[in-house]
Amino acid sequence: MKSAVIVFPGSNCDRDLAVALEQVSGTAPAMVWHGESELPEGLDLIGVPGGFSYGDYLRSGAMAARSPVMQAVAQAAARGAYVLGVCNGFQVLTEAGLLPGALLRNAGMHFVCRDVSLTVENSQSAFTSRYAAGEEIRIPVAHHDGNYFADDATLDRLEGEGRVAFRYAEEVNGSARRIAGILNDAGNVLGMMPHPERVVEPAHGNVDGRRLFEGLLEGLMARA
Amino acid sequence: MKARVFVTLKSGVLDPQGKAIQHALDGLGFSGVNDVRAGKLIELDLADGTSEADIDAMCRKLLANTVIENYKIETVG
Repeated sequence: MKSAVIVFPGSNCDRDLAVALEQVSGTAPAMVWHGESELPEGLDLIGVPGGFSYGDYLRSGAMAARSPVMQAVAQAAARGAYVLGVCNGFQVLTEAGLLPGALLRNAGMHFVCRDVSLTVENSQSAFTSRYAAGEEIRIPVAHHDGNYFADDATLDRLEGEGRVAFRYAEEVNGSARRIAGILNDAGNVLGMMPHPERVVEPAHGNVDGRRLFEGLLEGLMARA
Repeated sequence: MKARVFVTLKSGVLDPQGKAIQHALDGLGFSGVNDVRAGKLIELDLADGTSEADIDAMCRKLLANTVIENYKIETVG
């Protein structure tokens, strides 16, 4: 699997994501600075990591979404490369228009940092193929702006097209319809607030995130 | 020339910050505050002759997220 992780000023989960990708695939991802206007050739997967890119100035993810590298990410997504945005990465992908909706301040105004239960809503996507539909998993969240918002028509479309990948199985942040992660219409871009890269080995106390990366790798091997 | 851009949340978009301000005002004894919506004011110092269309493009491309926000431009001088 040829992968890259984008690094913005203020990213802080880029190395965790890189470690998870390397553990599962055996190959270290390229770390790509936000000022680059080109990505390495032939990437299978691009990770947009968590953190506080540009200090969350203006809106979470707003500045990062306009940085030079994101044009290249959009082009790679358009040709079918997988793009995984976690936490701030999800915010960046919505701000960049690669995913619909927006992430607002948590309804309770508090930063939420804990393990949460998620329901896998769609087990057919490239990102969720190693999970069972309806399965409950535990993945940590750590965010202040995770309250997913989209208009009703968009929410209905997401639900109708099976593009809600993960839903919170408990109240976390006020997200519309408890949405925790969504797919784009082609199914090759996933944005999610919970951090699968933080639960990939037994020492983490839980390995529920590992199957996301394993499923992607498996799908890529089958495609090759 | 100067321009002021007011960015506000669209009606129907929850504003937890506004709610917190409302509760704080209530706690200070100001009764009768029915609702509070918080927004942003962005002041731009621009080259003379910058067109309204350019300022509008700035708003659409960066200053406001039109999925959740409205904006209003006020040019001064």
